[in-house]
Amino acid sequence: MIQTITSIIAHRTAIHFRSSVSAVRRYTSYNEAVAGLTEAQQEFRNAVHDFAQKEIAPRAEEIDKKNELPADIFPKLGEMGLLGVTVPEKWGGLGLGYLEHTIAMEELSRASASIALSYGAHSNLMVNQLNRWGTDKQKEKYLPKLLTGEYIGSLAMSEPNAGSDVVSMRTKAELKDGKWILNGSKCWITNAPVSSTFLIYAKSDTTVAPSKGMTAFLIERGYKGFEVGEKLDKFGMRGSPTAELFFDNVEIPEENVLGQVGKGASVLMSGLDLERLVLSGGPLGIMQAALDLTLDYTHERKQFGKKIGTFQLIQGKLADMYTKLSASRAYVYAVARACDAGKVSRQDCAGAILYSSDRAVEVAMEAQQCLGGNGYINDYPAGRLLRDSRLYTVGAGTQEIRRMLIGRGFNEVYEEAEGRGIAQ
Amino acid sequence: MRPTLPRLVNILVPVKRSIDYAVKIRVASDGKGVDTNVKHSMNPFDEIAVEEAIRLREKKSVAVDSITAISIGPAKAVDTIRTALAMGADAGIHVVTPENAIVEPIAVASALKKVIEDKKIDLVIMGKQAIDDDSGSTGGILAGKLGWSQGSFASKLELKEGGQVDITREIDGGLEQISSKLPVIVTTDLRLNEPRYASLPNIMKAKKKKIETIKPEDLGLDLTPRLETISVSEPPKRQGGGKVESVDELVSKMKEAGVI
Repeated sequence: MIQTITSIIAHRTAIHFRSSVSAVRRYTSYNEAVAGLTEAQQEFRNAVHDFAQKEIAPRAEEIDKKNELPADIFPKLGEMGLLGVTVPEKWGGLGLGYLEHTIAMEELSRASASIALSYGAHSNLMVNQLNRWGTDKQKEKYLPKLLTGEYIGSLAMSEPNAGSDVVSMRTKAELKDGKWILNGSKCWITNAPVSSTFLIYAKSDTTVAPSKGMTAFLIERGYKGFEVGEKLDKFGMRGSPTAELFFDNVEIPEENVLGQVGKGASVLMSGLDLERLVLSGGPLGIMQAALDLTLDYTHERKQFGKKIGTFQLIQGKLADMYTKLSASRAYVYAVARACDAGKVSRQDCAGAILYSSDRAVEVAMEAQQCLGGNGYINDYPAGRLLRDSRLYTVGAGTQEIRRMLIGRGFNEVYEEAEGRGIAQ
Repeated sequence: MRPTLPRLVNILVPVKRSIDYAVKIRVASDGKGVDTNVKHSMNPFDEIAVEEAIRLREKKSVAVDSITAISIGPAKAVDTIRTALAMGADAGIHVVTPENAIVEPIAVASALKKVIEDKKIDLVIMGKQAIDDDSGSTGGILAGKLGWSQGSFASKLELKEGGQVDITREIDGGLEQISSKLPVIVTTDLRLNEPRYASLPNIMKAKKKKIETIKPEDLGLDLTPRLETISVSEPPKRQGGGKVESVDELVSKMKEAGVI
């Protein structure tokens, strides 16, 4: 009798734990020792992982199908403390570094790459830029609601004819009677359909070199003459809403200049380095999700009486997927650690996202291949992972521009050396 | 007439560091225990106990003065206490035992009794069992030692003014409702609640909360095990079953097996 009761209890226990947190803790190929995380960073990662797997992962498929960002996600991210990872504690953030922010981006992307993209745009492009450049007054006004998730933020840089060639932007701001008057438009703006706060780059002086005549502004939804276009229909990242912005004589108070007038280019360029780094967590998370999926599938699916994961051709794929992910992670984390040490390298921030993005597309494609017919069916997430991975080869800058930045970095060194007459 | 001040309740939540429930358990090479060089986390029943203590405070039906988490275990048990602090406990107590020491329920109960008397605890909420050894006896032994009421396997807990505690227990064949006065020992069942996960700001705040360290000898504890483990073995491999075509065939098979 006692035996029976014990076994019933044991059985119940198993069912309960599995049903409530089944997806949370299982085998993972993530090797903390190899990743080189401190104990505090491991604890941080585990906390974000548990949160993401419980609150976001189970909804990833539906979010993709409905092409919608659920309204409760940002408040949940805020409650978890994720919206201000790099913001000092006195402003309500966690006061942690870019490595932690990148890890958060990775674990959220592993659960849903599109939610994580919106998260990255908000927490890095908007919140971190405000944190770095904002005045105390601007922070007091905007940070609290951005950190709770009540307000969502967007950064707007690209224009229909100024994507990679960003300094050729046409959006103009003119100072008139103590107010800036904004005219123009922006396109492909992440979070725009749901954002309340926008960081806009515009030309404030057309008489000087483009890089010296740009200014960054904070503007709010509801400013007269400011309109957000229809949500765009995208190939992937379908939980992350994207739209165009239109400005028709939008009046901006002078105190909403972020940084200094005419210094927008440095706000923008330095922000882009950190944006490239933090968003590198995206490809890492997609690769980890693809590997998790593939490892499970290939160790369940049998053909010719054997688990397909034990066939050499599949073993080869698993090994390549794992090493591509591990090498990408090692590079991204190394660049993050350097940034946290105050050594931001433009070439390496570009390199981190360049390398991991290319690998993510390859790994997602291999996941799809390993799943065979099921990889092509939308009941399985392989297709979504592949579609989402493609964003990173064009979003937040193209792979071509990233390569150009790295190449140009070398050119500059040699040009400078030539100028000093010491070229080899 | 001045109204009497409401009594503030002090809650103690014992938490055990045990092998994570998701880990596959393996028998150790010496055949006397299991491989403990694996991931550990807070015993899930204790997580439910911590959650319940925090909910009692949040419900405000009775003012909770303090929630203290206590763990009796090796140095690493401090992580388990931190988890409780991150979830919302106010302070921690760590009774540090030697690495690999086996602390039996009776020793745990003796330690808890000392701390409870010392800290003026009114209510103890603890897991009904730990998922490692499944003894399920610490709560009962503790109630016996203290001479307190106990409500074991609680699936619902209500704290009312005047120190009344209403407990719903899961028993074979249904639910039992019992009522008692503080002080009480409550042991938690699975359906009592679903524990929250700690937010990042709370995890960071927990690092600044106080954890008092106590040596077993300071409590006059004798940790010497009273039981000897002779051998530990893997459960027998499950045999595959068979299918029957009809009820008659089933009955005859059962007769064959001697079960009817």
